[in-house]
Amino acid sequence: MNTYESVLAALAAADERIVVLTAENRAAIRNLPDQIGARFIDVGICEQTMVGMAAGLALRGRVPVVHALATFLTLRAFEFIRTDVGIGRLPVKLVGGIPGFLSEANGPTHQAIDDVAVMRAIPGMEIFCPADAAELAAGLPVVLASPAPTYIRFNARPSALEHAPFALGRAETLSAGDDLGVLVAGLLVPAAADACASLHRDGIGARLVNLRTLAPVDEGAILAAARSCRVLVTVEDHLLVGGLYALVAEVLVRHRVSVPVVPLGLDARWFRPGRLDDVLEHEGFSATRLTARLQRAFEDNAGRRHGSAGASEQQTAPARAPARGQRRWQTT
Amino acid sequence: MTAFGALEAQARRVRAHAIRMATNGGCFLGASLSCTDLLVYLYDRVLRMAPDRVADPGRDYLLLSKGHDVPALYGTLAERGYFPTARLANHLAIDDHLYWHPNRAIPGVEFHSGSLGHLLSVGMGIAVDARLRGGPSRVFVVVGDGELDEGSMWEAALVAGAKRLDNLVVIVDRNGFQANLATESLIPLEPLADKLRAFGFAVADVDGHSFPALAGAFATLPHAAGKPTAVIARTVRNKGLPSIEDRAERWFVDLQPDEVRMLLDELEGNAAQPLRSAPLVVR
Repeated sequence: MNTYESVLAALAAADERIVVLTAENRAAIRNLPDQIGARFIDVGICEQTMVGMAAGLALRGRVPVVHALATFLTLRAFEFIRTDVGIGRLPVKLVGGIPGFLSEANGPTHQAIDDVAVMRAIPGMEIFCPADAAELAAGLPVVLASPAPTYIRFNARPSALEHAPFALGRAETLSAGDDLGVLVAGLLVPAAADACASLHRDGIGARLVNLRTLAPVDEGAILAAARSCRVLVTVEDHLLVGGLYALVAEVLVRHRVSVPVVPLGLDARWFRPGRLDDVLEHEGFSATRLTARLQRAFEDNAGRRHGSAGASEQQTAPARAPARGQRRWQTT
Repeated sequence: MTAFGALEAQARRVRAHAIRMATNGGCFLGASLSCTDLLVYLYDRVLRMAPDRVADPGRDYLLLSKGHDVPALYGTLAERGYFPTARLANHLAIDDHLYWHPNRAIPGVEFHSGSLGHLLSVGMGIAVDARLRGGPSRVFVVVGDGELDEGSMWEAALVAGAKRLDNLVVIVDRNGFQANLATESLIPLEPLADKLRAFGFAVADVDGHSFPALAGAFATLPHAAGKPTAVIARTVRNKGLPSIEDRAERWFVDLQPDEVRMLLDELEGNAAQPLRSAPLVVR
């Protein structure tokens, strides 16, 4: 099994340019000091200094891979990322630990649910959201080879998914269908895959699109889903502001494509802290709850393809939309 | 002619460049004139760096951390042949890159700055790489005293001491002012040498306008093996122009054309006349 650490060690062994920095956060890289020696630099709990030093190392031709918890990396050191790495367009690789729901019971201080929003605001920044350990391992060599700065929303949880070969800006379609288009990236991909499988068993053709990188994003995959499916749903452990939902909305507006889009994410609030399984259940992102929410989103909006403006989880269906339970999609 | 006569003449030319940049939009003249002697001395006598070495990985690096003193750097680089002095007339031109803060489009500028508190850590990354490669590069980071209000400077200083970066030299342009106020009247920095020593630096405290004093400070580097060096250079805002020296309200100036001529006259030792242009202190 290729772990994040073993892949990074192998890449560093093959490429002298790679240096590894951490702000005293070693959970995923415990054995690297022994393997790469002086190219492992622990600066202590100094996120700003770490990012500034990474910029200096990159100026000298290095590819620094820096580690800190996602919220402190992207927010405490934000201006260093934006000003030194961003303006400099330097190939610094920013690895944010326990993003989104992975902060579990830490509470709102540790909840990186705005990290995609702030990283997207930096011109030239690439954003990689691995769905599981396998995708993280497959994507790591590719994002390290990119000359651009990259934010990696670290996720090394195992899953049973089989992934298509990884490429920057290329989505993979994990299930086919033309009824409901489910757009997702990162931690929630496996639960979304289970949910889509359930929907298929119930006769709803759910297309599951794992976007994998949010910058560059696969606009073609989003537009194809929007043109083929009657309803789109975005699924993210992130605020609705600035994340996947916002990104999809921007793409659809830019290309003048109209389709109901139901956002499943965090609407202007932090999530309830707890063990991961409990968080997912409470917030509605366990496979079971996601299945129900996707089905509801489809039923409430499938008749609105050329209808009026809004699409939401909570709205009551207008008169011309099918009543709940009236499985009109099977007859059209 | 003293032993440093040629340097004094060079510094006077750099100051004249900065004064000519302080019109038609203006510039941060106060800090530019306080660090002029420092920059001229470092480029002439200390840095292993030259126009034909800008991509040499073995060169020394000078980083201007506070950034708004860049007219002094533009003037010094032009005087030393990194680009033609005629290009200085493009200051603030929309189709050139000589704006109020440094950037890498200007030959000899190593990195952009302007946001205070950044280039100490960037310089440390360069210093760490030089050490990893076993190269001879030394990194000189010129910082402002007002800039030392920024927490990131002390975070970086803590790490520089811990990592024993003795190829790193921090030079504090200690002109006594932050933007609008004397540093000691707002957030006092003294005893500054003691603070830096406590963070692991070997510290020298010298007259930043005296070439003999600067020669002493930079004669042997590092000052102590295994320690980063800090040189506190005591300087004067707007040094060289007695009519506006050491004045809080003459930080950023935007001069009338005849005032440029008056100040250039004053720089050459002629009688000073009071400036009429309004002090611009809030930028």
